[in-house]
Amino acid sequence: MSKIMGLSGNEAVAHAMRQINPDVAAVYPITPQTELMHQFAEFHSDGLVDTELVLVESEHSAMSATVGAAAAGARAMTATSANGLALMWEIVYIASSLRLPIVMPVVNRALSGPINIHCDHSDTMGARDSGWIQIFSENGQEAYDNAVMAVKISENKTILLPTMVTLDGFILSHTLERVEILEDNEVKKFIGEYHPETSLLDVDKPSTYGALDLQDYYFEHKRQQFEAMGNVLPVIEQVSKEYGKLSGRDYGLIEKYRVDDAERVIILMGSSVGTAKDTVDDLRNAGEKVGLIKIRVYRPFPYNALREALKHVKALAVLDRAISFGTFGGPVFTDVRAMLFGNGVSLPMMNYIYGLGGRDIDKAQIRLAFDSLKDVVKTGKVKKEVNFLGLRD
Amino acid sequence: MASLKELAAREQKLAPGHRACAGCIPALTFHQVLRSAPGHVVASCATGCIEVVTTIYPYTAWKIPFIHNAFENSAATISGVEAAYQALKRKGKVTKDIKFIGFGGDGGTYDIGLQSLSGAMERGHDMLYVCYDNEAYMNTGIQRSSATPFAADTKTAPVGKVRKGKKQYPKNLTEIIIAHDVAYAAQASPSFWRDLNKKVEKALSIEGPAFINVLAPCPPGWRFPTEMGIEMGKLAVDTCFWPLYEFENHKRKLTYKPKEKLPLSEWTKHQGRFRHLHQEENKHLLELAQQEVDRRWKELLFLCGEPA
Repeated sequence: MSKIMGLSGNEAVAHAMRQINPDVAAVYPITPQTELMHQFAEFHSDGLVDTELVLVESEHSAMSATVGAAAAGARAMTATSANGLALMWEIVYIASSLRLPIVMPVVNRALSGPINIHCDHSDTMGARDSGWIQIFSENGQEAYDNAVMAVKISENKTILLPTMVTLDGFILSHTLERVEILEDNEVKKFIGEYHPETSLLDVDKPSTYGALDLQDYYFEHKRQQFEAMGNVLPVIEQVSKEYGKLSGRDYGLIEKYRVDDAERVIILMGSSVGTAKDTVDDLRNAGEKVGLIKIRVYRPFPYNALREALKHVKALAVLDRAISFGTFGGPVFTDVRAMLFGNGVSLPMMNYIYGLGGRDIDKAQIRLAFDSLKDVVKTGKVKKEVNFLGLRD
Repeated sequence: MASLKELAAREQKLAPGHRACAGCIPALTFHQVLRSAPGHVVASCATGCIEVVTTIYPYTAWKIPFIHNAFENSAATISGVEAAYQALKRKGKVTKDIKFIGFGGDGGTYDIGLQSLSGAMERGHDMLYVCYDNEAYMNTGIQRSSATPFAADTKTAPVGKVRKGKKQYPKNLTEIIIAHDVAYAAQASPSFWRDLNKKVEKALSIEGPAFINVLAPCPPGWRFPTEMGIEMGKLAVDTCFWPLYEFENHKRKLTYKPKEKLPLSEWTKHQGRFRHLHQEENKHLLELAQQEVDRRWKELLFLCGEPA
């Protein structure tokens, strides 16, 4: 039996954390993540969780303590945003290389500079090669669901990799929505007990973590991480299916929205998907053959699912909420293009960078992206690949 | 307190056969600290000499659970391990009594790891942090740290025609940690093994955060003959460059007072990094170094309630 509540995205994830009831959580404030841990700290003070809170002095120590706790066999979590994630950077890579199944909500915020506290995806985009699984959320409900599922995905014995569950800063983190949460014991049963194979606290079977790994083994260990990442997508699909049975909400690696007979398609992630779905409905009502694809799992990249979904499409626009300097487009655009090229598909593609630093995106902007694809369908050619939406000239 | 015989008979937590240099006093420091902790111990260590020489994959010299995370976060890492222990013990998933020791060199403790250490001490984890202070970044090839003594020759503050080594006096880390009002803090030396053993036992028996700063002479970094490490530690203490004292119940106490306070030159004259101090034209630098040692010693005597 689920319970319907009015929750902000931060509160929804805090409820997921309450139900996960991690052994250890490292806490450090940063806007817009702060309220997530406020809520969790309240649960802690009210005795609703057994968690050991470590109230650290920086995000660097938050991730360091989380790594220590996870290596000690604890279910360990922390949460952050933007510059906090950037400060953790070094240890983010160490967490994945130690194969610690940490789950970390990241409330997406523009990375300084200039300093800005509002949403874009530049923070997690920088960590896309760090060996963490990255799952993006469209709304508060998904953020809650993804946080619960992430525990089971990360702890899968064929994976043992950390997961970032992202939710858009302010747009999701601070917006009240209708969220269905599972019963506490349903979550407890779903994620199960955590039984690590090795642990620092297993004093009878001592292990060395973080050994110096030079020319003769480092490469093999990186290969093992690569292989583990290769096991992730089927596990996510399996866990999503099990979660669907429990919650009635079944998620794929991607979500196709009115794509089946669409000629013009856009790809995007996060909270803007809702606005884009509305725009697709408007255009469909006007008889236009448009659709959208939401990427839910960004790392590992859902290569096959996307290829299949785009088979019949005539023109594509990828909307990136992050900018990548010195390349030929935003990060999602370059990933999608590389995937298509690798499959010998020559699909004309446009890239729209949007919403940086919390700039609003509305239906008019998304409609503009769809409109610009009309000409591409006609001519099969893209005049300008990288474009901006909602930007002053 | 354990006798030398007892200590020697205890099972080693750190195996021999690691790759430390000949005459490495930091390695000896680890042995002495770990032998002073007879029960279950989980250790962490910052990136640095000892981490490097004890854990080259697929080998490990650690016979106890050990974690190396990064350079600046040994304290934060072991604090996370301790938090996990508290949580799992409460839940009955861990039943044994375990002690937690974080290690770091002076680079990883005085400099890059200071914030992480300060955080862990302030939060009050039940842990001991041991700094093995060899007075420079030795693992990367002898660069100055904030622990490096005044006028010492290092690769980043070398002695040249115009500049004569490190310009600053060493940071007083022990006092910085004492300012956190920790459960226990001390300065120690492996040259005084009985004193060090007692301090480790005490630190581990007191609940709450404890810190021990150990001066650990480094033959290649300080440039003295490999057989002289223990002597170097002893002279650092007898010149009052490295006083042995402890902080407990909000009070400082000297644990050793030299019968005769030796001049600093008795310590510096054996070390290549101070060779220039013993040349006529740099005499004033040695005098400045001596004055600072005297000033700090006097201040410590006052703080310990000792006659000057």
